[in-house]
Amino acid sequence: METVIKVENLTKRFGSFTAVDNISFEVKKGEIFGFLGANGAGKTTAMRMLCGLSLPTEGKGTVAGYDIYTQPELVKKSIGYMSQKFSMYEDLKVWENLELFGGIYGMSDEIIKIKTDELMASLNFEEERDKLVKSLPLGFKQKLAFSVSIFHTPKVVFLDEPTGGVDPITRRRFWEMIYDATARGITVFVTTHYMDEAEYCDRVSIMVDGRIEALDSPKNLKATYKAKNMDEVFQQLARKSKRKAD
Amino acid sequence: MKQLWSFIRKEFHHIFRDRTTVMILLLMPVIQIILFGFALSTEVKDTKVVVIANTNDDATQRIIDRIDASEYFDVVIMAHNSGEINAAFRDGKAKLAMVFEDHFSENLKHTGTAHIQLIADATDPNAATSFMFYASNIINNFQQDISQPQSGSGMIQPEVKMLYNPQMISAFNFVPGVLGMIMILICAMMTSIAIVREKEMGTMEILLVSPMKPIYTILSKIAPYFVLSVINFITIMLLSVFVLKVPIVGSFVSLFAVSLLYIFVALSLGLLISTLTSSQLAAMMISGMGLMIPVMLLSGMIFPVENMPAFLRFISNFVPARWYIDAVKTIMIKGLSITAVLKDIGVLVLMGTVLVTISLKKFKVRLE
Amino acid sequence: MIKYLLKKEFKQIIRNPFLPKMIFMFPLMVLLVFPWAASYEIKNLNLSVIDNDHSTYSRRLTQTIISSNYFRLTDKSASYNQALKSIESNKADIILEIPQNFEKSIINREPVKVMLSANAVNGMKGGIATTYLSMIIGAFNTTLISELFPEMAGSSSNMIQIDSQYRFNKHLNYQVFMVPALMVMILTLLCGFLPAVSIVFEKELGTMEQINVSPVPKITFILAKLIPFWIIGFIAITIGFTVAWLDYGLIPVGHFYIIYTFAAIYIFAISGMGIVISNFASTLQQAVFIVFFFMMLFIMLSGLYTPVDSMPNWAKWIAAFNPLKHLMIVMRSIYLKGSNFTQLGGELAALLGFAVFFNGLAVLSYRKTN
Repeated sequence: METVIKVENLTKRFGSFTAVDNISFEVKKGEIFGFLGANGAGKTTAMRMLCGLSLPTEGKGTVAGYDIYTQPELVKKSIGYMSQKFSMYEDLKVWENLELFGGIYGMSDEIIKIKTDELMASLNFEEERDKLVKSLPLGFKQKLAFSVSIFHTPKVVFLDEPTGGVDPITRRRFWEMIYDATARGITVFVTTHYMDEAEYCDRVSIMVDGRIEALDSPKNLKATYKAKNMDEVFQQLARKSKRKAD
Repeated sequence: MKQLWSFIRKEFHHIFRDRTTVMILLLMPVIQIILFGFALSTEVKDTKVVVIANTNDDATQRIIDRIDASEYFDVVIMAHNSGEINAAFRDGKAKLAMVFEDHFSENLKHTGTAHIQLIADATDPNAATSFMFYASNIINNFQQDISQPQSGSGMIQPEVKMLYNPQMISAFNFVPGVLGMIMILICAMMTSIAIVREKEMGTMEILLVSPMKPIYTILSKIAPYFVLSVINFITIMLLSVFVLKVPIVGSFVSLFAVSLLYIFVALSLGLLISTLTSSQLAAMMISGMGLMIPVMLLSGMIFPVENMPAFLRFISNFVPARWYIDAVKTIMIKGLSITAVLKDIGVLVLMGTVLVTISLKKFKVRLE
Repeated sequence: MIKYLLKKEFKQIIRNPFLPKMIFMFPLMVLLVFPWAASYEIKNLNLSVIDNDHSTYSRRLTQTIISSNYFRLTDKSASYNQALKSIESNKADIILEIPQNFEKSIINREPVKVMLSANAVNGMKGGIATTYLSMIIGAFNTTLISELFPEMAGSSSNMIQIDSQYRFNKHLNYQVFMVPALMVMILTLLCGFLPAVSIVFEKELGTMEQINVSPVPKITFILAKLIPFWIIGFIAITIGFTVAWLDYGLIPVGHFYIIYTFAAIYIFAISGMGIVISNFASTLQQAVFIVFFFMMLFIMLSGLYTPVDSMPNWAKWIAAFNPLKHLMIVMRSIYLKGSNFTQLGGELAALLGFAVFFNGLAVLSYRKTN
């Protein structure tokens, strides 16, 4: 299997504060990699480094074969990103957002049009196509934001707490979309603090105070920590935390 | 009460964490005072002059020397034909042209009259009027000096006295203006943006559902801006007395009291704007367009209100800064007692009461 | 790629609830209101006269002053203290005190002093008032001399005749002076303030991060932000030309294409500056205050209200690095004097320099990766 993300001894410091402390891991093509941790554990910082938004203080990392330190712009070409804020342009229509981001990633007008039609049909979004994003309900926005982030078929997509604030049914649907994406060969790197979602991942890493305390498949983790579910695993590990969440 | 105190502390931390903004707020009055005090003046100085004198005779030379020697003028170009004048004006190399007729000295001696043409670049009409006046004066003085001393020359002599501000220092006018503007900026603009920001982020709701009384929430929001305003008031006073040497002729206590009243009006304005708008951008536009521009234009801070058309004079009545600036000028510069500004105080009290009533009402409506 | 970003910017501007209105209303408002409000044109100064002489000459002097159009007689006071009360209550701007022996002295060819006391809280206004009044008295003086002592005026004693001429603004109209400069202010506020706000707004909404995580090159993004403001600036300045023509009858003596060329360079420079500011600011509030701070400094040191020539040397140096000052000179020169590119070469070079500097800095300070 091809390695899509490879991280060695990655560290990020802000002044005297070490947000991410010497983490190492690998993610294989087509995997769903869960990145768990309490608030303030360093998840988002680590993810921002992988996306080329933030430069590491120490350590090495490659994403889609490009060095995150020396080639952040090449990394950006091969990834998709969905932040916790679902940052689409609220004052643009649904299709306009797709056109914009498709265009930014160098897709031709023709392909954008074909793929937009496909997407609208598969999401059952025909009616919303011409609506401004700000008029959509949260669940719609989330689905759309995810679709935008994989619109250009990136090698890997980074999802930062994608399911915050929605009901369990919508969350379930959302995960179906994630599975569809992996079926098309897209690697998924997802942070979350819903432990039931952790069960859907192929492998899970749990961060505590900037370090990765555990990394394995949910099944193996539960066995190692003799826990009924992922929540118990997490509770056992999180107890070690000395950092105050804010 | 303890609760209120801890909330106020939280708000202070919040604002002082944003160093850039605080720095700007504290530095702005300092820089404005220095600029207004030392850089800006309409005094005509070193106006560049182009001279055309084809006959370089004695009288011509003496007049040129006098012009050049005066602090108002600098003779920079000696030209030969009148075409050069417009060129010099267009290049911005000169603002005044003096054209001596040919054989100037000779004409003066033999026929008794000689002509000088003064041509001004009147792009800036005020400056043009002033330097024209100075140049004519210099020439007239020269003429008097060469004439035989005769009784009756210059019979009516104006003796000028500048009241309150004998050196015509522009700071005397600007210090009250800067005060009026800074307070509006901090109290109205900043307060409204800060409150609306919380609304936009949704944190305002959290505060409002907390057991704290809404009035305390508001008080804790405006407390830091109140403190900032008082700090700025003191800075401006210190700078004006010790750096600009603009004395506080009247009573400092009255001045401070009027300023507190004005701060109160400005804060209630900020509060009102924040209850009327729901986005930071709108709050900014309203306070920028609706407050800053009127304060700068219609308050008498820079431009005298009396010269404006009736319509604008009417609108200026609704600009709180206009009344405050007038009161400050009266107390601080003219040194009159607080009884001289009763009208200003009355208007400000009225404005404050109306604003607070409306905004508290609006605020309650929103809660229910 | 820039095509898509431009489409996005234009749609966002058009859909914004007040931007399109502002682009049209702002120049209109500024040009229709400012020239009336922002004026140092001193007319109708209020005069309080203390006539201690009550003679034909003293009345004639008063009459001459009032008929000059600059002064309006508010009251005749019996004493200086009474006149001072008028000044204190802002009813009068200047006091003229004519002494008791006024007429007698004139007839006896003795010098006589009249007292002018101006309210100088606003030093500028006080100065202008006394200058005008002195000029009128001087003219009155000359008239008296030729009337009473024609032998003096007509004698072969030395007489220099001064012929004054005002060029480019014959009627000394203050609005003619302000309108071209106000167009600079419109461009500055629209094209300097809005780009700064627009980027910081994207930061606060989080869309900026979405752009930063995409492969959009920095220059492309900045250009996509700049180009709409270019067009906005052109629209605004064209509205400005129209208002200046319809309302003030002002048509530039020089060529429009020179103004447009300068405006194009200037908008580029000032928008670049706005973007630099937005790169350093993290919240809208912060951006607004930084922009406000610089705008205020730039406007004050631009020569809009007070001439740059009257500033002390250190302030002139700061003003030399002020893009506003340069465009203001350009606008006034083209509008009133008809200057051409050669005559404005220095300004052209300076503005090009600012454009390159600010936009270079904008690209450098924009960090897609921190």
